[in-house]
Amino acid sequence: MATHRIYLYPIWIRIWHIINAITFLLLVFTGIALHYATTGTGLIKFETAVNLHNICALLLTFNYGFFVIGNIISGNGKYYKGWKKDMTDNLWTQAKFYISGMFKKESHPFAINKERKFNPLQKISYVAVMYICMPLIIISGLGLMFPETIIGQIFKVSGLALTDFLHQIMAFVLLIFLLVHLYTCTLGDKPGTLFKSMINGYHEEHE
Amino acid sequence: MTKPIRFFLILLLAATSTLIAQSDDSLKIKSSYFEVNDFVEDNEACLKCHGEEKYLIEDPNSGRSITNHMCPDRTIDRDAFYSSVHKAFSCTDCHSYDFMTFPHPLEVRFEEHFMCLDCHGYDESFAQYHFEDIEMEFQKSIHNMEDFSCWKCHDPHSYKAFMRNAEDLTEAILYDNNMCLKCHANFSRFTLLTDREEINVVKSHEWLPNQTAHFKSVRCIECHTAISDSILIPHQIMPKADAVKRCTECHSRDSRLMHTLYKFQSKEERKGGFVNGVIMTDYFVIGANKSPFLDKLSFLILAGTLLGIAFHTFLRIRNKKTK
Ligand code: HEC
Ligand code: HEC
Ligand code: HEC
Ligand code: HEC
Ligand code: HEC
Ligand code: HEC
Ligand code: HEC
Ligand code: HEM
Repeated sequence: MATHRIYLYPIWIRIWHIINAITFLLLVFTGIALHYATTGTGLIKFETAVNLHNICALLLTFNYGFFVIGNIISGNGKYYKGWKKDMTDNLWTQAKFYISGMFKKESHPFAINKERKFNPLQKISYVAVMYICMPLIIISGLGLMFPETIIGQIFKVSGLALTDFLHQIMAFVLLIFLLVHLYTCTLGDKPGTLFKSMINGYHEEHE
Repeated sequence: MTKPIRFFLILLLAATSTLIAQSDDSLKIKSSYFEVNDFVEDNEACLKCHGEEKYLIEDPNSGRSITNHMCPDRTIDRDAFYSSVHKAFSCTDCHSYDFMTFPHPLEVRFEEHFMCLDCHGYDESFAQYHFEDIEMEFQKSIHNMEDFSCWKCHDPHSYKAFMRNAEDLTEAILYDNNMCLKCHANFSRFTLLTDREEINVVKSHEWLPNQTAHFKSVRCIECHTAISDSILIPHQIMPKADAVKRCTECHSRDSRLMHTLYKFQSKEERKGGFVNGVIMTDYFVIGANKSPFLDKLSFLILAGTLLGIAFHTFLRIRNKKTK
């Protein structure tokens, strides 16, 4: 059985990704600590949580800028573009594969190659996450960091409160994404295959 | 210039200057003052000096006069006075008649002032203010030292019951904090009462992040007083070692702000199902505002996701075995 290797994850993507993953996990942890702050001593002190959250947020923000610019100049952005009319059909085809096809030993409906790094479900979720959720969580987070930039009141509700809700909701959506993301990353050839790809850059598949 | 024209010009100048002088005067004494106070004219006997930046000293014997500067500490703002809680008073209700003479004689400088309790103590009509309880708290306060009286914070000529009637919380917070900063940001007042070295409030609070934002949205007394349930404004300033330093005293579900700053409003029902909903109109305190509904909903979605993943894993494992 020959193994088919394609170089899909250039080094800068891998560096971006590891920083992204670490800061994001810390942000989830400290964010939950802030949200469920109690007067007793919790897992982490409130001050520490605030500081750590702020530092990670800034790192993540710069890292995000790195990702966006990198995608533009390196051409990696092409994997995030190009929506055909049969998109809904493709999404359904991919979903059907996860629900039943893969248990019947059917082959992947969308082969991974240099032209197509992501299957339709991956593509739509990565685009939604990277180009909708991330900007929203970053902008709302910066608003909270510099509260003087936020509108005072909107219909009798503090602008800060609205900003914070947007922030929390986005954080939650991203958390759900992360869980699903981690799980789908075990759906490679072997559970660990895709994680290995994210380390050495090569996508591996049995012919 | 011919003589008649020059004469006419001088006349015109004189006329306009008296006109300006007149309008100036009538601007200073507003008609609204007469609606709240029956002694406006009498008070002018004092305010003609104490309401101005400068005053005139006249020597009736020689007819000479000089203009002097009125020290800002002795200046009273008419607008502030006639909108304060004691707006209906005449100066001589609280001050001796002997101040009518100038220079003010020596013995009136030792006049005993009435204290709040002298007029307000055990009076049914002021029961809602709990003057007696406040007095007790003040006795225990670190400010309870010689020459420090209620008047030091409650400016006799401008004090308003601001917080109680506040429309805008931010404004009330500013007002209350300025009461403290009158001394704690002004060493000359501070040193009048103590020999201690200057306390730099900004430096003492460097541990507090977003200091400006905090001082705009909480009062000094939030952290420096013991919570009191019976009175609206806690008055027992504790030694600095007992001041609130733990962030979660405010940034948590059972935020102390609900017992101090937001006391009045907190009696309202929860707004829109949010815990500590009142905070939301003007402020948002991380950790103190949460929606139980959203919390539950997100928990359900999270559990659903994990279940889905577990089920899929189970199918994969079973599938592998039955290969
Ligand atoms: C001619 C101007 C003038 C008039 C009129 C005047 N004052 Fe004064 N007053 C002063 C000046 C100047 C000072 C500060 C210098 C001093 O203490 O003698 C002063 C000081 C004071 C003080 C502070 C005394 C202290 O030792 O702390 C009080 C209280 C006072 N005045 C009350 C009054 C009252 C009440 C009236 C009206 C009944 C009045 N004054 C009328 C000029 C005036
Ligand atoms: C409700 C009582 C009350 C009324 C009314 C009142 N005063 Fe006073 N005034 C005081 C007290 C008490 C002090 C001393 C404040 C202190 O100990 O810090 C004082 C102090 C002063 C001082 C000394 C400077 C200062 O501000 O500490 C001046 C001047 C003065 N009053 C003038 C006036 C004038 C003029 C009026 C009328 C417009 C007036 N007061 C009305 C209670 C009053
Ligand atoms: C000389 C007597 C006197 C002194 C001293 C005095 N007050 Fe008053 N105060 C009054 C009177 C009389 C009223 C009612 C005025 C009115 O209704 O116009 C009043 C009104 C008030 C009000 C508004 C009450 C309301 O319901 O409208 C407050 C608050 C207040 N005083 C606080 C104080 C404080 C605090 C002190 C001490 C720093 C003090 N007073 C000292 C006589 C005094
Ligand atoms: C260290 C400063 C300080 C001292 C001293 C002080 N107070 Fe106050 N007091 C405040 C502040 C701040 C407020 C809030 C003002 C507002 O309404 O915005 C207040 C409010 C009040 C109120 C209004 C409460 C209400 O329910 O609206 C009363 C009455 C009062 N004080 C009485 C007193 C009496 C009596 C004394 C002396 C025994 C005293 N205060 C001494 C700072 C002080
Ligand atoms: C009239 C001036 C004055 C005003 C107004 C004033 N203070 Fe003070 N404060 C002092 C002085 C003087 C001291 C020093 C006391 C001493 O000698 O220990 C002090 C000390 C303190 C301390 C330090 C106590 C310690 O343990 O060292 C705190 C905290 C404090 N004040 C808080 C406040 C707050 C809060 C307010 C407003 C509600 C306020 N002060 C209003 C004069 C003032
Ligand atoms: C978030 C809570 C908080 C707020 C708000 C706050 N303080 Fe403090 N303050 C503290 C704590 C805690 C300390 C003791 C700091 C220490 O010992 O390091 C302190 C110390 C002080 C001291 C004594 C400083 C010294 O070095 O002796 C003064 C005076 C003081 N505060 C005044 C104020 C004044 C005035 C305001 C309002 C403008 C204010 N504080 C607001 C918590 C607070
Ligand atoms: C006396 C109560 C109180 C204490 C104690 C307190 N805070 Fe705050 N804090 C607030 C309030 C109220 C706000 C909301 C400010 C606003 O709405 O503008 C706030 C806002 C903040 C913010 C800014 C949130 C934003 O809008 O960006 C941060 C960060 C923060 N607090 C951290 C801390 C830390 C860290 C501590 C402990 C060292 C602390 N706070 C102690 C009351 C408190
Ligand atoms: C919220 C945080 C995360 C985001 C937003 C995110 C996003 C992404 C994106 C956009 C890609 C495609 C990169 C490309 O262009 O090539 C990717 C790939 C990958 N990620 Fe993440 N990631 C996150 C966290 C994690 C974590 C914590 C892990 C594992 C520890 C992980 C494992 C992987 C793997 C193995 C791949 C390659 C497989 C694939 O292409 O699907 N990710 N991630």
